[in-house]
Amino acid sequence: MPVIDLRDAIGKGLKEALTNNDKVFIMGEDVGEYGGAYSVTRGLLKEFGPERVMDTPISESVIVGAGIGSALAGLRPIVEIMTINFSLLAMDQIVNHAAKLRYMSDGQFTVPLLIRTVTGGGAQLAATHSQSFEGWYASVPGLKVIVPSTPYDALGLIRSALKDDNPIIMAEHALLYGVREEVPNEWYEIPIGKAIVRRKGSDVTIIGHLKTAHIAIEVAKILSSKGKTAEVIDMRSLRPIDTETIIESVKKTNRAVVIDEAWKTGSFAAEIASTIQEQAFDFLDGPVIRIGSANVPSPYAQNLEAAMFPDAKEITETIENVFGL
Amino acid sequence: MVTELTMPHMGFDMKEGTIVRWLVSEGSTVATGDAIAEIETDKAVVEFESYAEGILHVIVQPEGSTVPVGTVIGIIGDAKESDAAMNYRSEMTILQDTQDSDINSTDTIPDFLETNPPVKEQSTIADQSLEIRASPVAKRYALEHNLDLSLISGSGPGGRITRSDVESAVNQRKNEDSPELSTVIDQIETTPEHFPTSETEVQSVVATNHKPDSPRVPLSKMRQQIARVTYKSKREKPHFYLSSEIDMTQAMLLRSQINDSMKSEGIHVSVNDIIIKACAEALILHPKFNAYFHEDGLQENPSVNIGIAIATDETLDVPAIMNCEMKSLREISIASKDLVQRASAGTLNANEYSGGTFAISNLGMYDITSFLAIIQPPQTAVLAVGSVTQKPIVKENELAIAQMMTATLSADHRIVDGAEGAAFITVIRDLLQNPLQLVV
Repeated sequence: MPVIDLRDAIGKGLKEALTNNDKVFIMGEDVGEYGGAYSVTRGLLKEFGPERVMDTPISESVIVGAGIGSALAGLRPIVEIMTINFSLLAMDQIVNHAAKLRYMSDGQFTVPLLIRTVTGGGAQLAATHSQSFEGWYASVPGLKVIVPSTPYDALGLIRSALKDDNPIIMAEHALLYGVREEVPNEWYEIPIGKAIVRRKGSDVTIIGHLKTAHIAIEVAKILSSKGKTAEVIDMRSLRPIDTETIIESVKKTNRAVVIDEAWKTGSFAAEIASTIQEQAFDFLDGPVIRIGSANVPSPYAQNLEAAMFPDAKEITETIENVFGL
Repeated sequence: MVTELTMPHMGFDMKEGTIVRWLVSEGSTVATGDAIAEIETDKAVVEFESYAEGILHVIVQPEGSTVPVGTVIGIIGDAKESDAAMNYRSEMTILQDTQDSDINSTDTIPDFLETNPPVKEQSTIADQSLEIRASPVAKRYALEHNLDLSLISGSGPGGRITRSDVESAVNQRKNEDSPELSTVIDQIETTPEHFPTSETEVQSVVATNHKPDSPRVPLSKMRQQIARVTYKSKREKPHFYLSSEIDMTQAMLLRSQINDSMKSEGIHVSVNDIIIKACAEALILHPKFNAYFHEDGLQENPSVNIGIAIATDETLDVPAIMNCEMKSLREISIASKDLVQRASAGTLNANEYSGGTFAISNLGMYDITSFLAIIQPPQTAVLAVGSVTQKPIVKENELAIAQMMTATLSADHRIVDGAEGAAFITVIRDLLQNPLQLVV
């Protein structure tokens, strides 16, 4: 099996889609000539031509709106919003149109639109370019939100997304494009709405997505060196949410930690923590720990930025203190 | 104003009480201090003295009912208030029927409840929940295994009882319960052709014979209380033990001299009285042995109240002689006799039951040489005293006969260490070997 990075896994998925389905086209800022701000779409313009791979003006609302229109007309657009920070300009299109049309037309129309965007911080891109909003979109009925943290999952989820007739937001993390993994040549898919247990354990369940899923594994490794085993769950999808996997694990470990890179206040971690206490209250051996970023705009300075985001060592200490582990 | 009489708190670990008998009937006039009911606690039946005066309008809790401390048991008010008080009975019924209804709504609550909201009761509930902090899963396990959380100490942050605490309690109980020896023996005797040959086989016999719903003899309140206190003590308190052989020859001599010369006054000093006096003196010198242990620190007690274990067929009490630090040997002797008498009559007051700061357990009358006693929480130490017997000893390189007694101190290692214990018991020994110090 070839080892590829997450960037190439997504690229592979896009190329497959363009090859296999002539209704698929890609548009977004710098996706053509430049090859994508994160080089995900490089080479695609040359291979598939400007009708299938379109550079757009800097107008997020238009990018998503045009995607919705062509989806309604029967195409399968894949649009790229350079970062999730800019998606705020397209929020009306995403929340009030893409997410609503199927419902409000009583199913007469579907919006099979895949919106790819980049979330997360940690690369000194400062206050307006380091935010994590995937949790916001995950609260909207009518949308699906997928969050692949590995190359294997990214390819598998894209394949499922391109068969789904609902608008889907795929949030990719800016710092995970280089994650490498063996990805089989054989066809496989990852179902949307299914989390995965990345690591088995019995003392505590640590839940994360995207970069925080990787942090969760780091925490599990530290705990393991101290003789404690943590079960790590990577959400992979935020909407629909895989409650079953979470609850099953917490019922076993009796302790839960949810990590999110978004601000702690109102983060998606809060949603998961709340679900845990609703559905597994009598199984808890301590409070559900909710880890998020500090409630501040992302600083530019490296040391301050590092202090803002969740950190494996600090999380481990919190776990030890709160649970007396 | 109408006063609610509530189930009194008589002793630090009392959680509920039973109304054995009302001594006055509804409508009787009651003065403050009048005994109006008999209340049975874990330890004894105690007379409940009214803390209000007026007319006992309503008996809220009938005889035989067992209610938590702080629960209203009766209503006292003046003559004018009889209507308001009588409402109480019907309102009580309404309240009980609609427990979750809006308790603050003014139209369903009689006036006196408004002016006197049930804050007390609420705070009791809050105190209890603070007292027992357990995680949800621990609570569920405890319920499933029918375990009392108050008997389990928490190892989690802030003393929270966690799953593993309950699990170890369950395992511990299993270990205590499993060897039903008589059942095994019965089984072996009735099936002589087959003897269990291995340990596992014995266990399987036990398992097959263990019927979870076989009839149980209910534990008396006293038994439950003893179980609770001793279990809590052994679980929480790391006991250590120091024994000392004490030459009681001089003490015995002094005792007979005192008793001969003071017979006319009715004074009869027992060996135990002398030991109490010696302990009181030693406790003044070593106040840590007179202190209480609490999670948040040590509580030194201003007075020395020495408990003496009094056993009857069914009961075991450790009532205390209060303020021993101020009492002469003669006064201690009078007080201890009074205590024993009132203990058998069941008329000790609550403070005497729970106010002890140190205790002495004396099994001398049973010809026991020495034994280890269990400390009564929250006390720090207990002295276990055996019988006084004639023994050969070596004195100044010569064999001699002396009246010897072995005293064993049990002490809580969280508070005191071995060397301190040794110093403490040495003071007791020296005082008993030179007993004139105890009478001057």
